[in-house]
Amino acid sequence: MDKIRLRFKKTGRAVYISHLDLMHTLQRGFSRAGYALKYSEGFNPHPQISIALPLSVGASSLCEIMDFRLKEDAELSDMAENLSRVMPEGIEMIEAYEPSRKVSEIKWLHVEGIMEYDERDKAEMCAGLEKFFANDEIVIMKKTKRGVGETDIRPAISSVDFMVSEEGVKVSALISAQEPTLNPELLVDALRQKEPRLCPDFAKFTRIETYDAAGKVFR
Amino acid sequence: MDKRLERILPRVQKPARYTGGEYNQIIKDKNAVDIRLAFCFPDTYEIGMSNLGMSILYHTMNSLDYVWCERVFAPWGDMYEEMKKAQLPLYALESGDSLSDFDAIAFSIGYEMAYTTVLDMLDMSGIPVRCSDRTELLPLVFAGGTAAVNAEPMAAFIDLFIVGEGEEVNNELLALLREAKLGAWSKKQFLAKAAQIEGVYVPSLYNVEYNADGTVSSISAHDGAPEQVTKRIVADLDASPYPTKPIVPSTEVVHDRVALELFRGCVRGCRFCQAGHVYRPIRAKKHETLVRQGIETLKNTGHENVSLLSLSSSDYRELMQLCDGLLEYCEPRSIGLSLPSLRADNFSMDIMHKLQKVRKSGLTFAVEGGSQRLRDAINKNVTEEDLLNTCRLAFEGGWNSVKLYYMLGLPTETDEDIVGIAEMANKVLHCWRTYAKNKNRGVKITISTSCFIPKPHSPFQWEAQISTEEYLRRVNLLRSSITARNVVYNWHDAETSLIEAVLSRGDRRLADVIERVWRMGGRLEAWTDYFTLERWYKAFEETCTDTWFYAQRERSTDEILPWDMIDVGVRRQHLIHEREQCYASALSPDCRKQCSACGAEKLLKGGRCDG
Ligand code: SF4
Repeated sequence: MDKIRLRFKKTGRAVYISHLDLMHTLQRGFSRAGYALKYSEGFNPHPQISIALPLSVGASSLCEIMDFRLKEDAELSDMAENLSRVMPEGIEMIEAYEPSRKVSEIKWLHVEGIMEYDERDKAEMCAGLEKFFANDEIVIMKKTKRGVGETDIRPAISSVDFMVSEEGVKVSALISAQEPTLNPELLVDALRQKEPRLCPDFAKFTRIETYDAAGKVFR
Repeated sequence: MDKRLERILPRVQKPARYTGGEYNQIIKDKNAVDIRLAFCFPDTYEIGMSNLGMSILYHTMNSLDYVWCERVFAPWGDMYEEMKKAQLPLYALESGDSLSDFDAIAFSIGYEMAYTTVLDMLDMSGIPVRCSDRTELLPLVFAGGTAAVNAEPMAAFIDLFIVGEGEEVNNELLALLREAKLGAWSKKQFLAKAAQIEGVYVPSLYNVEYNADGTVSSISAHDGAPEQVTKRIVADLDASPYPTKPIVPSTEVVHDRVALELFRGCVRGCRFCQAGHVYRPIRAKKHETLVRQGIETLKNTGHENVSLLSLSSSDYRELMQLCDGLLEYCEPRSIGLSLPSLRADNFSMDIMHKLQKVRKSGLTFAVEGGSQRLRDAINKNVTEEDLLNTCRLAFEGGWNSVKLYYMLGLPTETDEDIVGIAEMANKVLHCWRTYAKNKNRGVKITISTSCFIPKPHSPFQWEAQISTEEYLRRVNLLRSSITARNVVYNWHDAETSLIEAVLSRGDRRLADVIERVWRMGGRLEAWTDYFTLERWYKAFEETCTDTWFYAQRERSTDEILPWDMIDVGVRRQHLIHEREQCYASALSPDCRKQCSACGAEKLLKGGRCDG
């Protein structure tokens, strides 16, 4: 059997599981559910499993994607259910299928977030945020492979909307998933650097959906 | 999740250890249980989650439908600071509720350096650390673990101790606590009743008087408490509960594996060893039980390793059948099998070859003493010939790293014995040169020494510990005796050993020392990151505590020892005899050759000791 793709959610307490620990947790889950992962050849064999676009610790996701191979053919229709049963709280499998596209074709991510303000007025913040992100250019200091440098993050934000909500100001944005990768935390970083009065006391983000360059849902 | 916690977690190292939610955790409806129990391990998540005892008791206590037992660990420094800043009390992982919401707080205390952490965990939850400041029945604070064999230093903080194995007695205690809670008993009423349960030690029901020289003059029980509390054991290990659905941590812990316990107790009787005496009598599990439990647990956890635990695995009679049974399942699935605590003397070629098929790590030998005479004196029945034979097999089999463990400061040790350690390492090196199949990878021989700590309920419980200066002198002697380049020498620092020696044979008067050290910031002191000697010295000074009295003073065998109200099964006379044998450099037969009627068999109430 060829490559299999699994879509899964990582929410609740599971958001604190690091990328590396998640790989290990998933491996054990496969074994608990009775699926034998295929191992790479070579000196130090490891299971052939890869997760697209590693999520940062603390962020939730409803659209994680993992590719892997099994030693033997397996029924795909009940795989997600079988795996979900043996996962830690907060890891939930959505569906398993044979992929037709490469994960490198993912271009955009729809993310939602909550910016929490403890003592400031939410409506005022919301208006300020709208104005700030309407700028044509948002140049911030950002860590890159070559050290810290100036980057304009605006082109990596396709759209961004704000709305006052119960918990604070709700953000909904379409941001670049890769080339360049825009970590949604950078939206907060930008505020911290450029407009500290708008910078929230706390922010948390959830990945909602993956899209390709044409704006179609990626599967 | 608590809002404060949600903000802290992204900022701390390895947050997954503070969230709970792991696979196989036990969740109950808190409103549907009568007793909520916070099971605390006074060390980090990574250490606590590697502890088999904790895993067993989590499941036995949760097997009571009216009890919900949850886990609590001590946060690492960064998390600790953040929690203090956010005024977030210590909480249990399953529910996230603060410890102050619980009916009972139970600690598993395995080592002295955890004492200050116990106080800290209570305090982080807003619970007064002293029993005398907790006048209500709830929360009841109790503790078990090896520290209970001399509970005295912690007597002021812990309402009651479980002496021995907790599988049965914990649940008896919880049944009584439920009755007390529902019947609104006073704490005093409850404690007097609890003391009637075999294996429960209630310090407040014992008066301790002292002589002018500081030694104990009398210990007397009151309110119906027994003069001596006899250790509890589980007689039939095959029938006793073993969790085949243990929690699988979602983050890395120290021992990430399925742990199978081959037997309890030890047939060897090394005279310095507390565990070898306090875990008697010897009870083994059948290999069929172990294979069945091992496979079931592997299926339920997805672990990639199995580890066989006991004080001396090679003394397990059915080791071959066990390895065969497990390997049949493990090999095709690339599951590793590891066997720590093999002895150098009967480490068989067959076992080595079997394990070799799966994994090959370094070999570790606890040699303890540098000469045959000293090893005879401590009843460590390992000969140089045994060790070298084993090394030869290992080197021929492709191993290339050997670790040798020794203790410095054992009774009767001479400089000659210490130089003997270096000579032994040279012989091991020579053995490698002669027999190693592949010399290209080189060899690494590591010598480690620690400072001997006399322990309660061992034949050396009356012995003096050497001073830290003397220990360092012996360390330097050994250092200068090691000449080979492939031999690495590590030594455990002398200061921690001194503190451990004071605490391990301490009495109730040390409560002030422990509390002061904690108030000065002492916690997680088993970690060198957090241990500082100065706090202890300051506390000793402020309380006029003489460390010599506790650590370096030889006791006479007719002295009343602070832990004399605890009966671990082994007769005092047996310990005295073993000590005399030491001074005669005479070996005693191990239990397999001949039972020396140590007394522990009585705990089986008519059953036979498997020695
Ligand atoms: S009763 Fe005999 S065989 Fe059993 S532990 Fe004691 S000495 Fe050994």
